[in-house]
Amino acid sequence: MARVRVGLFVTCLVDLMRPRIGFASLKLLETAGCEVIVPETQTCCGQPAWNSGDAPGAVALAKKAIAEFEGFEYVVVPSGSCGDHIRTEYPNLLAAESEWRDRATALASHTYELTDFLVNVLKVDSVPGDYAGSITYHDSCTGLRSMGIKEQPRALLAKVKGVQLKEMNGCEECCGFGGTFSVKFGEVSAAIAERKCDNVLASGAKAVVGGDLGCLLSIEGKLRRMGNETTQVLHVAEVLAGRV
Amino acid sequence: MEIKSMSFKANAAGSLANVVLQGTLKNTKGKFVTKRAEAIKDLDDFEATRDAAAAIRNKVIDNLDLWLERFEQKALDTGATVLWARDGAEVCRLVTEIAKKHGVKKVTKSKSMLSEEAGLNQALEAAGIQPVETDLGEYILQINDNEPPSHIIAPVVHKGLDEVADLFHKVHGTPRKTDIPALTREAREVLRSHFLSAEMGLSGGNFLVAETGSVALVTNEGNGRMVTTLPKVHVVITGIEKVIPPLEDLSTLMRLLPRSATGQSISNYFSILTGVKKPEEHDGPEHLYFVLVDSGRADVVGSDFHAMLRCIRCGACMNHCPVYQTIGGHAYGWVYPGPMGSVLTPLYAGIENAIDLPHAATLCNQCGVVCPVKIPLPDLLRKLREKQTERGLRPLTERIGLRLWAWVAQRPTLYALAASFGARYLKWLAAGSDRIRVLPTAPEWTLGRDFPAPQGKTFRELYAARRKTASRA
Ligand code: SF4
Repeated sequence: MARVRVGLFVTCLVDLMRPRIGFASLKLLETAGCEVIVPETQTCCGQPAWNSGDAPGAVALAKKAIAEFEGFEYVVVPSGSCGDHIRTEYPNLLAAESEWRDRATALASHTYELTDFLVNVLKVDSVPGDYAGSITYHDSCTGLRSMGIKEQPRALLAKVKGVQLKEMNGCEECCGFGGTFSVKFGEVSAAIAERKCDNVLASGAKAVVGGDLGCLLSIEGKLRRMGNETTQVLHVAEVLAGRV
Repeated sequence: MEIKSMSFKANAAGSLANVVLQGTLKNTKGKFVTKRAEAIKDLDDFEATRDAAAAIRNKVIDNLDLWLERFEQKALDTGATVLWARDGAEVCRLVTEIAKKHGVKKVTKSKSMLSEEAGLNQALEAAGIQPVETDLGEYILQINDNEPPSHIIAPVVHKGLDEVADLFHKVHGTPRKTDIPALTREAREVLRSHFLSAEMGLSGGNFLVAETGSVALVTNEGNGRMVTTLPKVHVVITGIEKVIPPLEDLSTLMRLLPRSATGQSISNYFSILTGVKKPEEHDGPEHLYFVLVDSGRADVVGSDFHAMLRCIRCGACMNHCPVYQTIGGHAYGWVYPGPMGSVLTPLYAGIENAIDLPHAATLCNQCGVVCPVKIPLPDLLRKLREKQTERGLRPLTERIGLRLWAWVAQRPTLYALAASFGARYLKWLAAGSDRIRVLPTAPEWTLGRDFPAPQGKTFRELYAARRKTASRA
């Protein structure tokens, strides 16, 4: 069988803050037999512009990403919120331009969040990760409520032998990140994060794992400010891929 | 009501620092959220019921003028008078006129958010008419110097028991008590004489039934019954969007409203009031007035925010909102808090008077998934952000920053350069540690938490390097 050609969309946050999440995603997809390419020219999906009310900026960035990624068999994004932005919002925000709307719809139909892709498209039965210890999973809002990402990461984590899942209370509750919300209303954002962190700590897990880096930065930042130095904060790709 | 939404940020800071409020917020969140989750389980097909409810509301708001005319005709047939108010000032004028016409000195009120919008109590007082709130929560607020409600269903949800105990002791001059049933009994005793002496009763309306010209009222304390049946005059004040077509539609909406609001399968009281007292009847008002209020609603019809008119005021969106759960309702600065308030306040009180509200949401869509009439609240909030930008209402630095960022993000080479500079700058700020304590470029972030340090090089740099090595090998 010919190898599946995947365009990996490395989110702007991963690019800037945690390249290893990008490499972990790359490794997971390659291990599963895909040919993976990150287009050199990709930058950001444009979600910050869209959510900040800058429609022209969001439209321009959407067109750019569509042109860069529409040639791939699949587009995979290690983030539920960026993935959903491409899948749900691109067709919406380009609704007025029929040619672009059609291209957006076509792209949307083969764009997946990473864990969803591994489980539902590639149907992987093993992952290279070797994490040992208890983890608790934070369900990021957009991934959960718009893309239905819930069981996929858990199913994959269950394949890592040493991982023991300890669900926390309120795992589906918002962590307070909210993109620009976190820098506009920092105190409120941090107070919401505190509730999340209380739940993380109460779970007693060694690590909190999630699928969206934005949330993870908020949670890690709050945990450390609360004086917790031991709880690891990891992207699901890092746990699944093992060392990259 | 005075709008204090422009000071949202300061309001929110106050809420965070308010220990009593933080305590009550913790309790209520659990109560509303858990009870709703339990209550919706006994509906066979909750999702299909939501779809049906949204369809009922759409049917009306898509042809609002037509349904209003039908309602008006039917209401007139039952002997009621139908009046139209363009705004809050007109509500105050009309209600005062009605009161004067019937020689009213005292008005008992059951909950009406529109009377809050209009500032009706103050207007009545100014005209020498005494308004008495009879919903326990609203009564507490009224005797506390007309404090505004912080929730549309549970107006005193922000108050602790001790506060109420102090207040009753002070205002009623009775021994201080903290037993809730005893406090309730005390309020009842005070209110009883008002119920008996008021010449006019004033209520809101949950729904107006076009088929029968009736108003449907959902309450839990029974005060609504007293207010609407004892006095000789009953005035209903509601927004023009509250119409539903046939009576039958009530059964669909009532499956959702109490469950979404308080987690009850049905409210303690549910009344459908039709027309004035007939000669053979023993109770009911001799005069019934409907004051149907626009106050910005007609402008929303057919706009980008049309779906918002479906709202049935259940409060589920705020109960489930992480921001509301953290700061409570007062911070929002007007009548309606939480996600629905962050949409309604700019629409009804002016987009320029509530600049922060559409941004005061994480867009987590918890509100959207619980809303019984499926209002896409996050989409509406985002749309409002867009309107603000279009109208140049956002701070200049923010607008320039965003445009610049979007401009750079469209230029890969420049973007790569900016990103690698950014990664190094942040790494430098962390000074060898794994965190940044104060982030000068986004100081808000580090007010309440650290900012984790980046790895130091961007993905694209490392990826390019790796590809180079791979191709050399
Ligand atoms: S927007 Fe929806 S959830 Fe919020 S009060 Fe209105 S009907 Fe209820």
